[in-house]
Amino acid sequence: MEVLRSATDAVLHPAAEAIVAANGPDSWVWWDWVGRHGSEIWTRTQEHVFLTVVSVVIGALIALPLAVVASRVRRLAPPLLIVSGTIYTVPSLALFALLVPWTGLTRTTSLIALTGYTLLVLARNTLTGLAEVPDDVKEAAAGTGYSWPRQLWQIELPLALPTIVAGVRIATVTTIGLVTVAALIGQGGYGQLIYDGLDRDFRTPIVVGSALSVALAVVADLGLLGVQRAVSPWSRRGAAT
Amino acid sequence: MEPAGRGHVSAITEAVEWFTASEQWSGPSGIPARLVEHAQMSATAIAIALAIALPVGLVLGHVGRGGVLAINVSNVGRAIPSFALLVLAVQVTGIGTAPTVIALVALAVPPIVTNAYVGMRGVDRDVREAAHGMGMTAWQQLWRVEARLALPLVMAGVRTSAVQCVATATLGAVVASGGLGRFIVDGFASQDYGQVVGGAVLVALSCIALEVGLGVVEARVTPRRVSLASPAAHRALPGLAGTVAPAGPS
Repeated sequence: MEVLRSATDAVLHPAAEAIVAANGPDSWVWWDWVGRHGSEIWTRTQEHVFLTVVSVVIGALIALPLAVVASRVRRLAPPLLIVSGTIYTVPSLALFALLVPWTGLTRTTSLIALTGYTLLVLARNTLTGLAEVPDDVKEAAAGTGYSWPRQLWQIELPLALPTIVAGVRIATVTTIGLVTVAALIGQGGYGQLIYDGLDRDFRTPIVVGSALSVALAVVADLGLLGVQRAVSPWSRRGAAT
Repeated sequence: MEPAGRGHVSAITEAVEWFTASEQWSGPSGIPARLVEHAQMSATAIAIALAIALPVGLVLGHVGRGGVLAINVSNVGRAIPSFALLVLAVQVTGIGTAPTVIALVALAVPPIVTNAYVGMRGVDRDVREAAHGMGMTAWQQLWRVEARLALPLVMAGVRTSAVQCVATATLGAVVASGGLGRFIVDGFASQDYGQVVGGAVLVALSCIALEVGLGVVEARVTPRRVSLASPAAHRALPGLAGTVAPAGPS
């Protein structure tokens, strides 16, 4: 906090001095700062939620159809998992850096990278969910005269849905954490609060940004756990992962 | 930093020029020096994390207590952004290498604890009883029988943690650590996109190489009959796929 303290010493503005005196220069959270920055915190929340939701939705729109195809054509599964696994392994700062020369310091850059990170978990869980549908169920469906699309849509996907939603949970919580890094390429979110605090050597926005990011992850996780329970009515105590 | 994209041709050309410039290959800010810094930070963090996490995971798994804690520590860990951990660590130690190593240790501990615990719990009851019946002490059972059988899963946890350390060490450059992330952060600061892309390629290749390399080690220590892909392993360890899910990108 050296920088902050010397800065306030130099300014000597009576109002600033009063705030520092009231809060204590080294305290972790200045609650009056939080009170005065409600609208900024709300803006950062909207940015954070937007990037998370759009990335997971686009990721699902890409990964689910590919995984469904790979569950029928088994030799497509390894390349799908290898490609999405490779993206998953690249650190976010490096992936942003690789994309910036093409798409700039834009929202598009952050969305491409964040979407890329959701693919592995979504594809893997969809493949697992479909593979775990019991063979006798599939044979019974085929024997009853279900066509393949109808069998997939009405039998296999509903049975695989809890595992798929479990994947959406992991992907969402992971994405909420990664969105904080998007602030480094100017895309807002809670990471912007953390970065501002680092930049100005001021703890309050760091603590607020970190705590809200964790809180958002917990809320999203519990909400999706509710969805997961709702779509698996046959086992209310289903294997939550 | 400029707001718009610059076209792929110039970025690739600049990156190739950056790689081939002789000054990149020597001196304290050259590629070899940055690679060594990156490896040192990651290795230090992994060593500390192993010293903390392995005893905790193995002992909890052996006595069969604290399962909720051992398994959920990974899920909680996933919810805490690595960038937040890093900046919070700066508040304690100031900028530099120290906060990066602290954040890396915090990220590396949970997957090792969880996997060691799950691996130990997965050891067949018959095997435990046989070891007990042979007159082994609890310590001998833990170390000479159960830990050996848990090794493939322990190794999977170490791989997850190690890759995450090397990945997150990149972010350390934002708080003035050395390592390969410096090329990305400094390149952005000076709008040198050749350096940005060159650094990003180095980081990506390091992580992929480590993931593949440790994957080979993991396969070596995994006997075929207890391969995690086998249905038997899934029967033995229900919920396995979710429990040992990788910790996520950084």
